[in-house]
Amino acid sequence: MKKVAVIGVAQTNFSAAQEKTEVELFAEAALEAITKSNLTPKDIQALYLGNVLGDFSEGQGMVQAFAAENIGCKNIPANRYEGACASASVAVRDAYMWVASGFYDTVLVGGVERAATLGTALATRTFAMFSDSRYEFPSGITFPAVFAMLAHLYASKYNIPLEKLKEQMAQVSVQSYKYGMHNPKAQMKKEVSIEDVLKSFMVSTPIQLHDCCPFSDGGSALILASEEVAKKLTDKPVFITGVGQSSAGPLSNQSEHLPRIYSREVSSKQAYKMAGKTPDDIDVCELHDCFSIASLIAAESLGFFDFGTSGEAWMKGEAGIGGKVAINPSGGLKAKGHPIGATGGGQVYEIVNQLRGDVEPERMVEGAKVGMTDTLGGDGGTLVNIILERGW
Amino acid sequence: MEYKLTFNDFNKSLKRNKLMALKCGDCEKITVPPKMVCSECASTNLEIIQLEGKGKIATFTTNFVAAEGRECEAPYIIVMVELDEGPWIMGNLIDIAPKKVSMDLIGKRVVMGVKVFPGDKYSAGDMARPLFSFE
Ligand SMILES: [Zn+2]
Repeated sequence: MKKVAVIGVAQTNFSAAQEKTEVELFAEAALEAITKSNLTPKDIQALYLGNVLGDFSEGQGMVQAFAAENIGCKNIPANRYEGACASASVAVRDAYMWVASGFYDTVLVGGVERAATLGTALATRTFAMFSDSRYEFPSGITFPAVFAMLAHLYASKYNIPLEKLKEQMAQVSVQSYKYGMHNPKAQMKKEVSIEDVLKSFMVSTPIQLHDCCPFSDGGSALILASEEVAKKLTDKPVFITGVGQSSAGPLSNQSEHLPRIYSREVSSKQAYKMAGKTPDDIDVCELHDCFSIASLIAAESLGFFDFGTSGEAWMKGEAGIGGKVAINPSGGLKAKGHPIGATGGGQVYEIVNQLRGDVEPERMVEGAKVGMTDTLGGDGGTLVNIILERGW
Repeated sequence: MEYKLTFNDFNKSLKRNKLMALKCGDCEKITVPPKMVCSECASTNLEIIQLEGKGKIATFTTNFVAAEGRECEAPYIIVMVELDEGPWIMGNLIDIAPKKVSMDLIGKRVVMGVKVFPGDKYSAGDMARPLFSFE
């Protein structure tokens, strides 16, 4: 297999409901990524696009074809990826494999979503489509409710008083808001305290409003190229050195491992093995913090902290910049925003910028050489991990 | 190869308060909800059985924000129940006010009843769901 580099990266502002179309949002990110790579649209051989709910938000299916044509990538193969919130990461992994195989040299990958445009009621309904529609949606399951049940299970399994766990969860949000303040592309720009989180509106016990990421609109785009092509175009190629992907069935059928998301353990092991890295080697990680409790669960399955202890780690600053591993210096899904089809692309965008030292000083992970992304779709149904390293 | 216990058959039984499942003839493990193969060993040597519908609460939440079209149901309690036969299933809990629940619920014994979700424009029809109450 060939080595594959990320060259130009871009994302739109992640935001609340806005008026640009999905094609327009993606086009803005795509042209920026293409231009930053010293390429033109005619150089792009294929498009891999994450998009989940365009059918519902705009009545637009097959958006990838219109997106490719719109940016002057005429008649190239264009594929849409739907892996719920992990869609763009699935697209990145597939794009990686097409370049690694030698079939293509230069491809465009990313995602786009208008989840905020859906409004809370329809967004809640459509996000629930990533739980089992026959056997679990009838009970009224929603996305916050999934993680709410995992939070109670986490408290019970690791014998942590709920009050204490809630404070630790709140600290996860406090840290993310803090970094998001310094990210110009972030949706939420405000400082919150543990008290603010604990006073916020109850969504699904024990998860409150500030434990949840927002619904977001936004797009992301990356150029992947073979090593030979990358060397001609940039002196700072970031190599994809490990990828992993896994799947799982309905939440209740994952009972053997809950509150751990076992598909994450399968996926991250693949990525670590392929890259020849261990959790200790990761300097910076963008992980899937759709809810505060999701961060604690993710950090443990990724091997950063022992099971049941990552809340303590957040409280002590070990999950922040300057700690054991810098988690979500972008502000994460919580503060940066979560336009689901674009999210994985946004995570890679952040890691690439961190490895290049190309971020605001207040949230920079100094000297980071190895980064990782972690993207979860549904309640564990799709899981993708990507390890990226400096190539200079 | 024919699907042994379809959603439609499972749903019809559940509406009559019968919780059907598949028992593996090779590894004895019980699979619920039904699948094409045993969820443990992927065997197709499966027998349809009825479960007791009793177990203990593994986890729970009181949900205040329902999906579009189901707003009138909120707040409601969702539980995952560890059945006496082993598998977990998702359902709702009655017998306690949604705003009164606490961590004490975990481990409480419950018994299954049933309630039908009438369905919405995306759901391809109605669906029964387990409705648990204290044993
Ligand atoms: Zn079996």
